[in-house]
Amino acid sequence: MAHEAVRIQRGPLGRLLERTGGGLVQVIMVLIALFWLIPTLGLLVVSLRDDAANNSSGWWTFFTKPAQLTFENYTNLLASGFTSSFWNTVLITVPATLLVIGISSMAGYAFAWIDFRGRDSLFLVVIALLVVPIQIALIPIAKLYGFLNIFGSIAGVVLFHVAFGLPFAIFLLRNFFVGIPRSLLEAARMDGAAEWRIFATVVFPLAKPAIASLGIFQFLWVWNDLLVALVYADTANQPMTKALQSQMRQFGTNIDILSSGAFLSLIIPLVLFFAFQRYFVQGLLAGSVK
Amino acid sequence: MASIVLSNVDKVYAGGVKAVNGLNLEIKDGEFMVLVGPSGCGKSTALRMIAGLEDISGGEISIGDRVVNHLPPKDRDIAMVFQNYALYPHMTVEENLAFGLKLRKMPKAEIQKRVNEAAKMLGLEQYLKRKPAALSGGQRQRVAMGRAIVREPQAFLMDEPLSNLDAKLRVSMRASLNQLHERLGVTTVYVTHDQVEAMTLGDRVCVLRDGFLQQVDTPQNLFDRPVNLFVAGFMGSPAMNFAYADLVRDGSGAAVSFAGFKLPVPDSTFTDKPGLDRYVGKRVILGIRPSDFEDSVAANGSSGGWARIPVTANVTEELGSEINVLFTIDAPPVEHKDTVAAAHDGDEEEVALPLTGDKSLWTARVNARSHVRPGQSLELVIDTHNLHFFDVESGLAIGHEANVGR
Repeated sequence: MAHEAVRIQRGPLGRLLERTGGGLVQVIMVLIALFWLIPTLGLLVVSLRDDAANNSSGWWTFFTKPAQLTFENYTNLLASGFTSSFWNTVLITVPATLLVIGISSMAGYAFAWIDFRGRDSLFLVVIALLVVPIQIALIPIAKLYGFLNIFGSIAGVVLFHVAFGLPFAIFLLRNFFVGIPRSLLEAARMDGAAEWRIFATVVFPLAKPAIASLGIFQFLWVWNDLLVALVYADTANQPMTKALQSQMRQFGTNIDILSSGAFLSLIIPLVLFFAFQRYFVQGLLAGSVK
Repeated sequence: MASIVLSNVDKVYAGGVKAVNGLNLEIKDGEFMVLVGPSGCGKSTALRMIAGLEDISGGEISIGDRVVNHLPPKDRDIAMVFQNYALYPHMTVEENLAFGLKLRKMPKAEIQKRVNEAAKMLGLEQYLKRKPAALSGGQRQRVAMGRAIVREPQAFLMDEPLSNLDAKLRVSMRASLNQLHERLGVTTVYVTHDQVEAMTLGDRVCVLRDGFLQQVDTPQNLFDRPVNLFVAGFMGSPAMNFAYADLVRDGSGAAVSFAGFKLPVPDSTFTDKPGLDRYVGKRVILGIRPSDFEDSVAANGSSGGWARIPVTANVTEELGSEINVLFTIDAPPVEHKDTVAAAHDGDEEEVALPLTGDKSLWTARVNARSHVRPGQSLELVIDTHNLHFFDVESGLAIGHEANVGR
């Protein structure tokens, strides 16, 4: 009877899994993944077909006529000056990510491990900043940038991203650092390490998984951002998102440049994700205590 | 190496909790000092204050000739072994051992030499390239020790370093610790809540309770001459038996009577415990160690002059080499604050016997040849030379040199 009860608790899905032995689950997962990949695949195919083909038939027809594919769109893209906006994106994204990681890891360490007056209330303020929406700040910051003479520049965009990335980053890293056993820091202190050394040689290496996840999030957020770029970047400093947006016309679109540009903007974060993905699954603290 | 002196050391936590209270302790050069007590007694706090991980609220701590009150841990020239080992998980064993030396800018060759020596001493040579995650609990523990050893510090501080090991490993590590101390001769302060560890490791043992020092002495002296009820009840396993008793003197000499028994008190006891004669005709708390009992059958004849009491065994715990006989006596349990405090921290679960209010449970440790079974009656002999007497009010041991005049 007890056995029956357990079975009922598992529910019909559980029983189904029990019978199919997990194989079915894998098939379903693959199907879902493929389903989600369809737009990306479509984009890739569109970017590889010429204008005439794209205008006359849907991208899925390439399955029957693969010979139509061409790199012409990409050549057009490079000729159109899109490369400068690509570099602008890099120039915005890389500093905005590194600055956030650098500042938030130090701030997180201080919030987690250094005892100072008003620490907890200050942290509460940081948490509160999490709920401030970007739109609220757009106009005041624009005025400030005008005053500082950085309106339209890359620095302005970077600063805005850093400012709005920090609350979440500090929150995330502080909570990760708090989970590091106190005795590990104390051992380092006994071994003769001062605060900076503890941060650099003990805490930072241990926090790699958290920092990698944070880095990916921040990178993607900034890389894909359109709103901030639209407001603060002028045409010379516009990132890819804004450049792509400017290709949209009221009557029709430059589908060749849009598709290839969009695919290019997608490939870099993908590469980055695969480069760092091992950190997501790694438990670096294993074996340190007990 | 150096001595460590604590004078009038206080620790008050935010919120007014006083964890350590006017602690005076001198740890001699090369001595192995064990701080022991129930949880919350302030032993770890005291150790962490010596280490510099905890601020000192009052008093003075000196290591060697230096007052270290305001020195950061790294300048105190001491090494610490943590309960959970606290190894750096992203470094190999070798890097873990070398970390402290590297920070001190020691030449590479010297670091290599020390690491290899320590690894050899601890049998870690083949694990030097491994990370802590790939080591067993005992090996991790040895790495933690090694990290302290390579530093060649003035003193080792150890915070319950064996309590995360399983029982068997703990015993063998205890022996290696003893050997290590013999070999290196470094002043060591060792914190534990395990009184067996305290007895076996310490040159001297310091018993703490609620932040107050109770007694500092050699393990044997703590066992034979506890200063008060708390120390008497805390040290020794099974714990000492207590009962309210009347000390009387009649024609046949002095005796102590309790629960219908009357044990003669030898004259030597009165010379041993000055002031005890003032308690004649008064009520005292009597303490008898379980090991001072013996089954009269197993003792056959060798118990000349020992007192005998007939009892019925309620429970027997056979340990192979001996048997713990639990029996009840017709006397109300002693409920002095000290005995309660000592009993409540013990690892042993409270014995679940349905006691009526006026019976108390005693334990006798008898020879395994006794073959006594639960429910059987047996006659116990008691070594009356080792009776302990405590003041009913203060709980202090009567006639202990530290208590004379108190």
